[in-house]
Amino acid sequence: MNFTLHVWRQNGPADPGGFETHPMRDIDAGLSFLEMLDLLNERLVAEGASPIAFDHDCREGICGMCSLTINGAPHGGEAGLTVCQLHMHRFRDGDEITVEPFRAGPFPPLRDLAVDRSAMEAIQQAGGFVSIRPGEAPDANTIPVRRATAEAAMDAAACIGCGACIAACPNASAMLFTAAKLAQLNSLPQGAVERDWRTLAMVGAMDAQGFGGCTNHGECEAVCPKGVTLDVIARMNRDYARAATRKILGAGI
Amino acid sequence: MLDATPHALDARIPDGPLEDKWQAHRASVKLVAPNNRRKYTIIVVGSGLAGAAAAATLGGLGYRVLCLCYQDSPRRAHSIAAQGGINAAKNYQNDGDSVRRLFHDTIKGGDFRSREANVHRLAEVSNQIIDHCVAIGVPFAREYGGMLDNRSFGGAQVSRTFYARGQTGQQLLLGAYSQLNREIAAGTVTMITRAEMLDLVVVKDADGVGHAKGIVTRDLVTGEMRSHAGDAVVLATGGYSNVFYLSTNAIGCNATAIWRAHKRGAGFANPCYTQIHPTCIPRHGADQSKLTLMSESLRNDGRIWAPKRTEDCGKDPADIPEADRDYYLERKYPSFGNLAPRDIASRAAKQVCDEGRGVGPAVEGQRRGVYLDFTDSIRRLGGEAMSDRYGNLFTMYRSITDEDAYTRPMRIYPAAHYTMGGLWVDYNLMSDVPGLFVIGEANFSDHGANRLGASALMQGLADGYFVLPATICDYLARTGAGAPQTDDPAFAAVRHDVESRIDRLLSGGGKRSARQMHKALGEVMWDKCGMSRNAGGLGEALQRIPELRAEFWSDLRVPGSGAEMNAELERAGRVADFLELSELMCRDALAREESCGGHFREEHQTEDGEARRDDARFAHVAVWRHRGEDAAPERLTEPLHFEAIALATRSYK
Repeated sequence: MNFTLHVWRQNGPADPGGFETHPMRDIDAGLSFLEMLDLLNERLVAEGASPIAFDHDCREGICGMCSLTINGAPHGGEAGLTVCQLHMHRFRDGDEITVEPFRAGPFPPLRDLAVDRSAMEAIQQAGGFVSIRPGEAPDANTIPVRRATAEAAMDAAACIGCGACIAACPNASAMLFTAAKLAQLNSLPQGAVERDWRTLAMVGAMDAQGFGGCTNHGECEAVCPKGVTLDVIARMNRDYARAATRKILGAGI
Repeated sequence: MLDATPHALDARIPDGPLEDKWQAHRASVKLVAPNNRRKYTIIVVGSGLAGAAAAATLGGLGYRVLCLCYQDSPRRAHSIAAQGGINAAKNYQNDGDSVRRLFHDTIKGGDFRSREANVHRLAEVSNQIIDHCVAIGVPFAREYGGMLDNRSFGGAQVSRTFYARGQTGQQLLLGAYSQLNREIAAGTVTMITRAEMLDLVVVKDADGVGHAKGIVTRDLVTGEMRSHAGDAVVLATGGYSNVFYLSTNAIGCNATAIWRAHKRGAGFANPCYTQIHPTCIPRHGADQSKLTLMSESLRNDGRIWAPKRTEDCGKDPADIPEADRDYYLERKYPSFGNLAPRDIASRAAKQVCDEGRGVGPAVEGQRRGVYLDFTDSIRRLGGEAMSDRYGNLFTMYRSITDEDAYTRPMRIYPAAHYTMGGLWVDYNLMSDVPGLFVIGEANFSDHGANRLGASALMQGLADGYFVLPATICDYLARTGAGAPQTDDPAFAAVRHDVESRIDRLLSGGGKRSARQMHKALGEVMWDKCGMSRNAGGLGEALQRIPELRAEFWSDLRVPGSGAEMNAELERAGRVADFLELSELMCRDALAREESCGGHFREEHQTEDGEARRDDARFAHVAVWRHRGEDAAPERLTEPLHFEAIALATRSYK
């Protein structure tokens, strides 16, 4: 297959950046998108040019490191796929393909297609955990958990922290990402004890990091490679209202 | 030059009955009092299951912890990709499981090449791991009554595997990551991302004994070199399957940290013990960058077969009648069937394909694949049940192959996946360089010559949450707080070594990329030191690898500079280390003149092609010591004693 790539190049945060065009010839349809970029980089190295920097690691759709916007859609817009799992058989011969980084205010550019997503870490560090030490816990079957509750928690916990939801949102909102962790921990009995303070802390961190609010575009859900759905945001809003009210009323959170 | 003084290999296994060793040891190690812990700094390299769990737990205990990872977040370590599950001896299924049985299965699964005391401890703490993980919010699969569900895995006749769909590694890692985040927020753990450890700093004490007291790292964004000092260094940097180029590891997985530590004095144990996982998606072409695993749990509900006749191999599998299919695992191993252990299942698939009965598209002239068929299970349980259990795996398979495993059997083939070998450690998980601890896949400890499915997650978390935090205090208490600072001359010397190495990588005006060199090495290793090995092939590899190394240093091209984000430079450094480690793997495989677990020497097999161990000569751990660039490494041994379980031929028939 043949393609024309328009790839974003940016030599560091201070460089304004711009597109560079590269023709790709005789590409095996079985290659993944990143393997095609590998080939392009091999060519650039051979020509003495600078290869394209991009983040990637596991290449099986689970680590969340890869972060490319393909033709305007984070991860290429194919439901359920990260860009590392996007194979060339999903494109048409002769396609022109635009490759950009995940763009969002809180994701400062590093180089070419790589961005800094540490603002997402700050949200998790604010409260995305249960406070317990190894060795303290009772037997794992002491507290029964409804199967439906466990399944819903798993649906939310499937988030890989890639940031596609944020890159897709016109407000650069991190609400799907934040709410996914809250939905997992707040709904399980083991995490419910700390529900109120956790919700206030993570939402507070989300705002402090400069992520926008949700205005119900639903772009996040559309690009989420793990199928995390908008209802987690509704749940977060409910948990937030409860926690904020309890705080105002002076109840211990 | 060796910085550490060689000393005898003492595994420091506690005395007393096997069942009591761990508790007795815990009660006898020296402790560090809570108010003194903050005086100690512990460096943890790597943030996978072992590293994140250790860093979080040590931080929670009150030590000052510095944790590093090369990814942009600790959550991305490759433990995240483990799919199937984690073993524990809970016996929730009431099907006869116990600590004793998990211990027994793991020793047997490892083909009697692991330490009894370590494995028994692993089985003991397995239950606490599940308790802790449930308590921190890991959403394990549950039954309708609200209790935890289990599945079966290879090498066991009980259901003891806890799972979270096909994403168990992800959920366990995110659990450990959440605990790490708690400590980062509390200020006990300092997390440094996008940093790679490039060398270990060993500082001599008053008696001239070298202790691990720091590391030198490179910032992968700015290229800046940094020295970090600590009272102890913990390596949790994973395995070295990427020596094969194509493996199921993440692209960035590398052996640099353990290899540099080896060259600074740490013994490398059983480097030839590698695990080839039987259920991966077959290769599709020459430009492929990695292989993708399909969880072994699929073997619970899938039946593995190949056509009986070569002429059927190109046919649509639906057109091959039942009578013309060879369900070879069920035929050869009737009591374990499709759940035969990984090494056995992998070799059986290779054998079938060597006989010309492989299926799928030919790559480089050969069909290398067998079928994993869910038809019977779909008929019995329905497609929905399959989707509940393995939905994400079927989706992943489809996205890669464009085939639907609900209607057409999956094609699978073995791929390099896990390395049982690693740095040698004693019962306290300390290497033979005092102060250097090694946990998780990076050490050699618990899996012998073959790891059972769902045991990697168990071992990583056992080491990180429970074992290391209970043993590292002994070393710390004995040496006292107050590590040398980074202005110690030892740091400057190591930094100089690291910088000259990077300059050397950048100076080559050659023509070939590090990736091309890596691929060439991988082909040699897969061919000569892969699923089956023989003296002739290993000898050829030992000739070829030094040649490849010479080509690497004379013909390498790395663009750009060291003072910037430079993925080519990162790769070149890792490949340089693989080019050295690979030679040690071949030496070890050649020296071990027996077949055991994942190490299959063609000269040592039974008449029906099964592995033949030689307990009289090889019931030991082989520990290699580096003796300088121009000297052959020294092979030491740690004898293995079997007291609780009698050495027996491992049979799954």
